[in-house]
Amino acid sequence: MQEFLQQIVSGIASGGIFASLALALVLIYNAMGLVNFAQGEMAMLATFIAFTLVDHGVSYWIAFPVTLVVAFAGGILVQRIVIRPVERAPILTLVIVTLGLATLVNGVAGFIFGYVPRSFPSPFSAQTVNLLGAFVSYRDLGVIGVSTVVLLLIYLLLQRTTIGLTMRAAAHHPEASRLLGVHVSWMLALGWGLASAVGAVSGIMVAPILLLEPNMMQTIIIYAFAAAVLGGIESPLGAVVGGLIVGVTVNLAGAYIPFVGGDLQLAVALAIIITVLVIKPNGLFGRPSVRRV
Amino acid sequence: MATTGSRIAAIAAVLMALAACGGSATPTAQTDVGITSTEILLGNTNALSGAAAAYGTISNAENAYFTYVNNNGGINGRHITLKILDDVYNPANTVPLTKQLVEQDKVFAMFSGLGTQTQTSVRDYLNGQKVPQLFVATGATTWGADYSKNTYTLGWQPPYQGESRIYAKDITTNHTSAKIGVLYQNDDYGQDYLKGLTDGLGSSASTMIVDKETYDVTAATPAAQLSKLKAAGADTLFLFTTPGFTIKSLATVTALHWEPAIYLNSVSNPQVYMGIAKKAGAALKNVTSVGYIKDPTDPQWDADAGMKLYKQAIANCTNCNVNDGFNIYGVAVAYTMVDVLKQAGSNMTRANVLNIAANQLNETNPFLLPGVVVKTTSSDHFPIMQEQVITWNGTGWTLQGTLINERGTLK
Repeated sequence: MQEFLQQIVSGIASGGIFASLALALVLIYNAMGLVNFAQGEMAMLATFIAFTLVDHGVSYWIAFPVTLVVAFAGGILVQRIVIRPVERAPILTLVIVTLGLATLVNGVAGFIFGYVPRSFPSPFSAQTVNLLGAFVSYRDLGVIGVSTVVLLLIYLLLQRTTIGLTMRAAAHHPEASRLLGVHVSWMLALGWGLASAVGAVSGIMVAPILLLEPNMMQTIIIYAFAAAVLGGIESPLGAVVGGLIVGVTVNLAGAYIPFVGGDLQLAVALAIIITVLVIKPNGLFGRPSVRRV
Repeated sequence: MATTGSRIAAIAAVLMALAACGGSATPTAQTDVGITSTEILLGNTNALSGAAAAYGTISNAENAYFTYVNNNGGINGRHITLKILDDVYNPANTVPLTKQLVEQDKVFAMFSGLGTQTQTSVRDYLNGQKVPQLFVATGATTWGADYSKNTYTLGWQPPYQGESRIYAKDITTNHTSAKIGVLYQNDDYGQDYLKGLTDGLGSSASTMIVDKETYDVTAATPAAQLSKLKAAGADTLFLFTTPGFTIKSLATVTALHWEPAIYLNSVSNPQVYMGIAKKAGAALKNVTSVGYIKDPTDPQWDADAGMKLYKQAIANCTNCNVNDGFNIYGVAVAYTMVDVLKQAGSNMTRANVLNIAANQLNETNPFLLPGVVVKTTSSDHFPIMQEQVITWNGTGWTLQGTLINERGTLK
């Protein structure tokens, strides 16, 4: 029983990691109706920026916001330079471009920083709390806590501000928005910047747990996709809930389904993606897409 | 006229053939493909990018040592050129890249190719082409064990099975009531270690090992597996895991409020990783491993001549971290290569170099622990078989007891 509880608690802890990156995926989807396969790699690179600052003696609490600003600017820059030229291309072109971007960023980070895993400071202690005999560290709780705050901020931005409304409009009805005087392209750039900043928060939060190296996010992004798809790709709340469900499911499947064991956990995440897309394409919290004819 | 023309053509062809011969054959010494009067060309594949790219630095360190040797006169006037290609740790790349090095670049030998699966994938090819595959950078037991079928291939570092037999010896003499839990990577590397442990424990293996867990290299953390091992009642944990997972495992063990005796495989024990594990929250209590190379971060070697030589050689590589245990590994294996080439002297043929490497090595390597002998004979093709148990003292590894010799235990 105690082991079962520990498996659930450990699953929630990994789920927090998936959720934090899934939030960035949700944001970019809201901004441009597309997922960015380079989201994880951009988050990793941003974390390296924070690492370099801290390594040069900059205080963590200065490095953190500076990194967010740099990531925000970087996201906009990427959208302007890399995405904009193919903005009107078929969706497959955009997917390939973001995949290429992921490979590029990974390679550049490896070239500059090397592949030796590094420790990264955390504002949360590595100490653990005892929940009925199961242990969870403050770092794991911190990831979940910060993800919740980010979730609230994204919700407020998208649902309660004009700019959020404009962003969503630009993503889903670009022609109509343009007629109403919205700078659609700049709205997309803003979405890229914000998603990049949210990704940076994720990277900085999970790096103390996953260890910082260029491949840190490479597989996390797949779990994050599973989380976002399960939650309904448009919904920030869905991303967090989806992340926690994926984390727990993957852990329990690994522990108690013999043929899954430790070896096939990623397959469980992929199975979740396929199952959701087949049975309930809008996920748990997504709205069915309505098309007027 | 037609006959005169063809006669001239025939003479020209003979002259050209003679000229072509003159370039490669020096009358006084024996040479082979990849050897000129000024150069020895070696080929190497390694993971310079991708998931296993932490190993990539080994090739650069090897090159740094060759540069050091070249700057000090080379080998009988020849300098060594190491051509390094990136196989991204993927056998699908290793095969064409190795063929390229052999057939286009015409290397004399392949040296220190990295990875068990990658090097296994080109073993048949290199043996078929009669190209030496020297000192592969993997501890798989097959290199020494299957030498008779692949006489052009040779390992260098201690085989994983030999290492885990040392752990088994430690358990059966000092911890007879241990309840062992094993976390291992489910591939050749992890299974090799597990086999050595199981064989070493002998008949008590089935009772002493209470649980074995594998992990997926894509998993975020090994928390699920470690929780299971803890729940199974293990009081001794074996980590047959690569560096990244080892660090996470050490931190997770502490987070689970679990205090087993921990045995750490040598692939993952460099001091720099222990430091990262500590920062990640690992208590690092009661941790045991083995070593055979001097650790660059260990102050006991500060005045050591071998360590000074290492630091001098590694300075030839601008982006090599002097404290990275992989770099001194690279310099040490390059030292053995240079040793073999020096012994070959003027008889620089593949057959002679191979014979020295596989049957006549008897080397004291300044980068290895005092007493370790790099040795091969006509009946033993495991160059390094001595290791010493080390325990973590909070800031570094402490050598325990004396060197343990496993020579002869693996066939």
